[in-house]
Amino acid sequence: MFRLIEVIGKRILLGLVTLFIVSLIIFSSISLLPGDFAQAVLGQTATEATLKAFRESLDLDKPVITRYFRWVAGVMQGDMGNTFSGRSTGGQGIDVSRPVVEIMLPKLRNTLFLAGVTAAISVPLALMLGFLTALFRNSIFDRTANAITLSTIAMPEFFLAYMLIILLGGYLPTIANVRAETEFLQRLLLVTLPTMTLTLVIVAAMMRMTRAAIINLLASPYIEMARLSGASQAEIIFRHALPNAWAPIATVIAFNMAWLVVGVVVVEVVFTYDGIGKLMVDSVGSRDIPVVQACALVFAATYISMNLLADIVGIVTNPRLLHPR
Amino acid sequence: MSDSQTQHSAIAETSTVRVRRTRWQRMRILLSRAPLTAWFGMVVVAIYAVVTLFAPLLAPYGEAEVFSRGDAPWSREHLLGTDRIGRDVLTRLLYGARNTVGIALGTTMLALLIGGSLGLIAAINRSWLDQIISRAVDTIMAIPGLIFALMLLAIFGASILSLILIVGITYATNFFRLTRSVSLNVVVMDYVEAARLRGENMVWIMAREILPNILPPLIAEFGLRFIFVFLFIASLSFLGMGIQPPTADWGSMVRENAHWITFVPFVPFRDAFFYGLKPLLPAGCIALLTIGVNFIVDWFIHETSGLRDV
Repeated sequence: MFRLIEVIGKRILLGLVTLFIVSLIIFSSISLLPGDFAQAVLGQTATEATLKAFRESLDLDKPVITRYFRWVAGVMQGDMGNTFSGRSTGGQGIDVSRPVVEIMLPKLRNTLFLAGVTAAISVPLALMLGFLTALFRNSIFDRTANAITLSTIAMPEFFLAYMLIILLGGYLPTIANVRAETEFLQRLLLVTLPTMTLTLVIVAAMMRMTRAAIINLLASPYIEMARLSGASQAEIIFRHALPNAWAPIATVIAFNMAWLVVGVVVVEVVFTYDGIGKLMVDSVGSRDIPVVQACALVFAATYISMNLLADIVGIVTNPRLLHPR
Repeated sequence: MSDSQTQHSAIAETSTVRVRRTRWQRMRILLSRAPLTAWFGMVVVAIYAVVTLFAPLLAPYGEAEVFSRGDAPWSREHLLGTDRIGRDVLTRLLYGARNTVGIALGTTMLALLIGGSLGLIAAINRSWLDQIISRAVDTIMAIPGLIFALMLLAIFGASILSLILIVGITYATNFFRLTRSVSLNVVVMDYVEAARLRGENMVWIMAREILPNILPPLIAEFGLRFIFVFLFIASLSFLGMGIQPPTADWGSMVRENAHWITFVPFVPFRDAFFYGLKPLLPAGCIALLTIGVNFIVDWFIHETSGLRDV
């Protein structure tokens, strides 16, 4: 038991270190910018006084290390700075920039909603298909599923999205313009097509991984042994195979959820869904660096913790990993 | 094959018993066993290669030539109509092949060059250098690729050069890991040790001793990664952060013409149908190439690994 806690603790520590380095990379992106950053943001028309004020407001006149720790401290307290857009550029313009967190939170909620609905549909579906294709290997059903998933994986997400719009656009809303006051059922209706697009992509990947994991498992000697000792098919699957299958399956799920976090970006843009992915793309377009940084940090943190979760589940369900050779 | 025996020496006799097949013959035998899907992939790739090389000859108009009528329907002058600002869609589709495929190919090669050579060095060196590169790669891989690229593009601005460099570095990590892990098995071989004792330098050991033995997985990885890079760049262009106008490319063509799908109801073989094809055709071109390359890579892995049923 202590061994387990020790190993998991080590993993979490490693994850924190990774997050720290990633935050360093994301932060130092401002310092990497070629040329004068203030000039690049405020434009050539900015006066010397505004440039100076801008640099001071961003602490650009302070050493990098001070700035990094201030930024981290701010992030910890839920303050990610203010947006660049709307910042006063003239001498006496009014500053209408908003705190990044204030903009980001509702969008983050929207994205989590989309990802949650997708996960709720795709995980059971993918696991079921993965099981069935593994059990009826090389049947017509398996071959068809394989061919379809191979082509869905090869297609760009926006192609799938537009195909779905063409096929079902007459019956379902093609623009997912959710607002804060949109009701739950209305929300569900609006995200139907985005969810279907994401589900198609993620089920394909997850099903193939599940299938490979199960086939790998069914090939192991103890399954052969069980079969030779006369166990029935159901007994082999539920008593012998399944307990050992949870580890690879849980890893597959967590891994695909990590992918889902990033996969939403393109889909959100296609359906103009007001989520954090679209926010990031828009901010990259307008080069609103604080927003880009905040979004990148949120994405990276989610991605890292999902992968960490996959690792931990793998360790807990597979005691062999506790004793690395 | 010359089987007529005029000489009567043992050497001549044994050499006629087993004539070494030429490279061309081996290729033909290999091709004759290729499955239908692989043939499909090869035909697709061949067509794309022709279009990529001869785009200026095939295209009816100039790449960024603007005509007076925007959003024109299909007609004799403009076979696939024009886009919103009046550029010929067919022309941009053909030039798009050159830009989209060319840039993706260049990026994948850059990634292979960086990742492959660093992986080889790390496998041979195995000291602090290996540690540093491996940990750096771990960190980059901990950030989702699309987010990493978007962030860097926000900083450096979207130009073709920064696009190639950023995506190349993102994908070099995959090549690094594969090269390192595969060559670790080869580095310990006796003939590498022998070359080292012979006093060969690092470059010789990398290029002549290790590289030939890790080539098949690297080639398969190259094909597979090419697909990912291609889709990745297409997605970035679709998001407006990749290849910038007036350079024609498929991802941004989808974006530029997408309103025909999103806002116009799609009725087969009506006017709206042909407008709807404007964004669908470039998207379909992307999907077709990725599927074709996928089939070829599948077949290649099958042939080189000797796996029969997986």
